[in-house]
Amino acid sequence: MTWNQIQSAIQKRFGDKILGWREHNKIRIYVDIDPEDLVEFSRFLFHEQGARFIIASALDTPRGGVEIFYHFDFHQLPQVLSLRVFVKKPDPEVNSIAGVIKGSEWIEREIAELLGVRVRNHPNPEHLLLPNDWPKGNFPLRRDA
Amino acid sequence: MSEIVPIGPFHPLQEEPEFFRLHVEGETVVKLDIELGYNHRGIEKLAEKKSWDQVVFLVERICGICSTSHPAASVRAMEDCAAVEAPERAQYIRTVICELERLHSHLLWLGLAGHFMGYNTVWMWSWKYRETVCDIFEKITGNRQSYAMFKAGGVRRDIAEADIPWIRSSLDGLKPAIDMFKGAVMDDPVLHSRTKGIGVLTRKQAMDYCVVGPIARASGVAIDVRKDDPYFAYGWVDFDRVVLTEGDVFARAAIRILEMYESIRIIEACLKQMKPGPIDLQVKEIPPGEGVGRAEAPRGEVFHFVVSDGSNFPVRYKARAPSFVNIFANEAACVGQQVADAALILAAMDPCYCCTERMIAVDCGTGKAVLSGADLIRISREKTDALKKRMGAA
Repeated sequence: MTWNQIQSAIQKRFGDKILGWREHNKIRIYVDIDPEDLVEFSRFLFHEQGARFIIASALDTPRGGVEIFYHFDFHQLPQVLSLRVFVKKPDPEVNSIAGVIKGSEWIEREIAELLGVRVRNHPNPEHLLLPNDWPKGNFPLRRDA
Repeated sequence: MSEIVPIGPFHPLQEEPEFFRLHVEGETVVKLDIELGYNHRGIEKLAEKKSWDQVVFLVERICGICSTSHPAASVRAMEDCAAVEAPERAQYIRTVICELERLHSHLLWLGLAGHFMGYNTVWMWSWKYRETVCDIFEKITGNRQSYAMFKAGGVRRDIAEADIPWIRSSLDGLKPAIDMFKGAVMDDPVLHSRTKGIGVLTRKQAMDYCVVGPIARASGVAIDVRKDDPYFAYGWVDFDRVVLTEGDVFARAAIRILEMYESIRIIEACLKQMKPGPIDLQVKEIPPGEGVGRAEAPRGEVFHFVVSDGSNFPVRYKARAPSFVNIFANEAACVGQQVADAALILAAMDPCYCCTERMIAVDCGTGKAVLSGADLIRISREKTDALKKRMGAA
């Protein structure tokens, strides 16, 4: 599959659900979506477009919420597509994509632990990185931490 | 009755302290729990307090073995954000450093794998030849480890023309050694029975767990950042993607041995094609925006993501090492395997090795220790010895 085919497949399938499509350059693409559509996007990319989930990175913004980037690439193509969702504080919540992509389990636990984003429907929402006696409600990657 | 064999948190088979809890029934592993966090150093948080130039040194300290892969991904992310490209000569130098690192890392892994299977000769040989690679590093960078070569927009030191003939002849000396390893490992019937069909990760599992590097390529997932998203000088030199389909420990070992030939090919081509020229762009600032950088480390894809607000410091720095995804796949690779093979399977994922040993087996009923860490290595070696006897190789 070529990148052009993948790009038109995504745009055809999701249309208005794509809130923003920005090409930083030819191989780095950022797509804004609604958090509620995340699982559907992930399923489409992973199962139908042969995407590989690289990792997710979350970022506490000064705009009153947390931005989460889900980075994907495609078999033997140079493009990295980052789905970007914005979840509002004080109680940021996002659906887990671990049901679709097993490999996302750990990073979702990490984001929950370091940024205090509640991940709904996570198969194993346990503590991952911080010490067992880490104070509750203290999220080290929040801006106010 | 099900027993738990804890491996870790500190164990010489593991890159950093991690805790594997093997649930075993008799000799068979039925479940694996993995616990992380014993070596969580908060590097991402720390990076937000460092200038862009300092960040490269900081991420070089994420891993002691593949210390240049993180700077490689890091400078790529910064250059992506700033939309600049380093000069051609710098790209060649970076490629040489990255491939030398792959050579030393694969030799290190091979030695350790041999050691834990009871093949101490393989261990001593491969570490002997790893010295050659470290010597080349010392000549080029001044350091045997943590080379401090990379910066956004270029490299910090040039390769002197006068050193190139010596580097070439050192590499030539390595080739017969790799031939020897290839023979010793890939043609040995005992090693075959010890590693073939062990710890299999199917192609589907490899995709589901999103594994990278030699682990993915051993399971038939043909991904390699050097080919798929060519960076530095990888697009300008000729080399092959090494892919196997068996997905077992043997395939993972074979991939690493065969990749060493490709690394030497790449280094030789770089030294040949490299032309005199500038090595640094003197990048002064990273403009606001996001940058993605990835590089193929010896263990697989390293992924860095930076967010800049135009100031001297990153707003957010995300670094994902290949082991973060590869170790999780142990959950699938270990189940159904024998305890004597478990240590080998965990090691075949090639987490780096640096820690001291603390491993015991506890009988769930009595809470009494039944197997020490030394015992696990001993039963692994006993299995090799028994196979050697049975196959007439002892």
